[in-house]
Amino acid sequence: MKRYSVFAVAREALRDHMGWERAWASPEPKKRYDVIIIGAGGHGLATAYYLGKNFGITNVAVLEKGWLGGGNTGRNTTIIRSNYLQDPSAAIYEKSRSLYETLSQDINYNIMYSPRGVIMLAQTEHEVRGYKRTAQANALQGVTTEFITPQRVKEIVPIINLDGPRYPVLGGLWQARAGTARHDAVAWGYARACSAMGMDIIQKCEVTGIRRDGDKVTGVTTNRGDIDCDKLGIVVAGHSGHLADMAGFRLPIESVALQALVSEPIKPCMDCIVMANTVHGYMSQSDKGEMVIGGGTDGYNNYTQRGSFHHIEETVRALVETFPMVARLKMLRQWGGIVDVTGDRSPILSKTPVEGIFINAGWGTGGFKAIPGSGWGFAELMAKGHSPLCDEFGLDRFYQGRFIDESVAAGVAH
Amino acid sequence: MLILTCPCCGVTAEETEFHQGGEAHLKRFGPGSSDDDFHTYLFAKENPKGVHFERWRHNNGCGKWFHAARDTMTLEVYGSYPAQTLEPPQDIRDAITAKRPGWRWREFA
Ligand SMILES: Cc1cc2nc3c(=O)[nH]c(=O)nc-3n(C[C@H](O)[C@H](O)[C@H](O)COP(=O)(O)OP(=O)(O)OC[C@H]3O[C@@H](n4cnc5c(N)ncnc54)[C@H](O)[C@@H]3O)c2cc1C
Ligand SMILES: [Zn+2]
Repeated sequence: MKRYSVFAVAREALRDHMGWERAWASPEPKKRYDVIIIGAGGHGLATAYYLGKNFGITNVAVLEKGWLGGGNTGRNTTIIRSNYLQDPSAAIYEKSRSLYETLSQDINYNIMYSPRGVIMLAQTEHEVRGYKRTAQANALQGVTTEFITPQRVKEIVPIINLDGPRYPVLGGLWQARAGTARHDAVAWGYARACSAMGMDIIQKCEVTGIRRDGDKVTGVTTNRGDIDCDKLGIVVAGHSGHLADMAGFRLPIESVALQALVSEPIKPCMDCIVMANTVHGYMSQSDKGEMVIGGGTDGYNNYTQRGSFHHIEETVRALVETFPMVARLKMLRQWGGIVDVTGDRSPILSKTPVEGIFINAGWGTGGFKAIPGSGWGFAELMAKGHSPLCDEFGLDRFYQGRFIDESVAAGVAH
Repeated sequence: MLILTCPCCGVTAEETEFHQGGEAHLKRFGPGSSDDDFHTYLFAKENPKGVHFERWRHNNGCGKWFHAARDTMTLEVYGSYPAQTLEPPQDIRDAITAKRPGWRWREFA
């Protein structure tokens, strides 16, 4: 792999950019790998990367039914924050956020991490109390957040309307080191780094069956033939239930469509992320100038990658009240992704009833922020059988009634 | 937009008039059952890519619960039927088989 650098850009500029090589190889699948990861979204690719980087396991294939990052990783609104409530969440989300800070250097790929800060608006007394509590919990966890006044909110976000008729802004939870990153670049950067370590990233390769010998996994069946493995990681977000069904177990997960939309590009007007959980909408401005807007989840499980139309109206109505200026904006695109939601809104990073099969799922509406941390922990879990970052997130927590309740932190989610 | 017909009052309306209440035809386990059964009843979801039997409530209408058979990939509603039914009626099963031969749902297929 040729390194990307300012010198490479200069060199290529002098020869009409003819020397750039492909960022990752596209090999034919081998007969057998030590580890197969199903799903080349951010979590699957990050898992593969840290398996190689931290544990020297490089006989790895990542199988993807569509194209790299074509799932939720390429469909999300890219909010990265770690202001959750429970300790196990703070640990993994803060690990992740801190890995994001240096990820561009680590994988030699510009993921455009922009720590621009996030405000979660408190618009009811209940939210004020809830976010003050979160700020205290974050202080104990070593996550820097603070509860700020409405005046401070207005200083940070001049375009906001503080005294809406129904839900005036009463304050906000502010995390200054939260931010955004380029979602595709996260997938592409990890893929390039994995490929450079000799791993096989195989696109258009759909897993259609999971083969086992008694209680142990032996490999997968795909549209490109059977492939054997010692260990299998299922990292397919909205399709987790479908893959678990192939492996013969069920999960505490339901899949629903979640939507987002973007406006036409306008001049810079908001240099942070604002989330309004009570009225249900959130917004940030991309580097291209588009307002990136997160919508709602459908009220029933489905696999349509589209989402119900009425959510757009609800979201836009909330944002127009919060930011009156957006009333004049035209929307450019709308899309949906299938998110995997658990009852306690926390992920599942776990062994499964089948020996050798591990599952990384349940990130639901908010797993982009967790990609590096999840990959780091899940690689350790797959390599060593346990991991301090993942152990609390096992499937056994449902059996034991030991939930990691993040329904408040998830809020509008993301 | 999903369009459902409430078998209780006969109204056909858009999804915003209804509320989905999770899987239908669950076998309930309570006090005295094994931990395994209780866990499965509470947490193990079918979440299929395809045919789904589910409970709905006509929230902004007659307020009653009913059952529906829906396809989670196409959003086609195969039919709705009263909540007091232990298994989906034959005409709905036939409608599903016509579209998705070989479908299955727990014990009945
Ligand atoms: C609209 C929207 C907005 C969001 N906003 C945010 C946000 O602001 N911040 C945040 O932190 N999170 C957000 N999320 C959530 C976030 O996108 C996801 O949690 C995260 O991207 C999940 O990554 P993943 O790698 O697990 O899944 P994915 O990126 O979905 O990757 C899974 C891959 O598995 C593949 N696959 C599935 N079945 C098979 C099979 N049988 N064989 C082979 N491959 C298969 C899929 O094609 C897919 O590429 C949002 C999600 C959506 C939909
Ligand atoms: Zn009715």
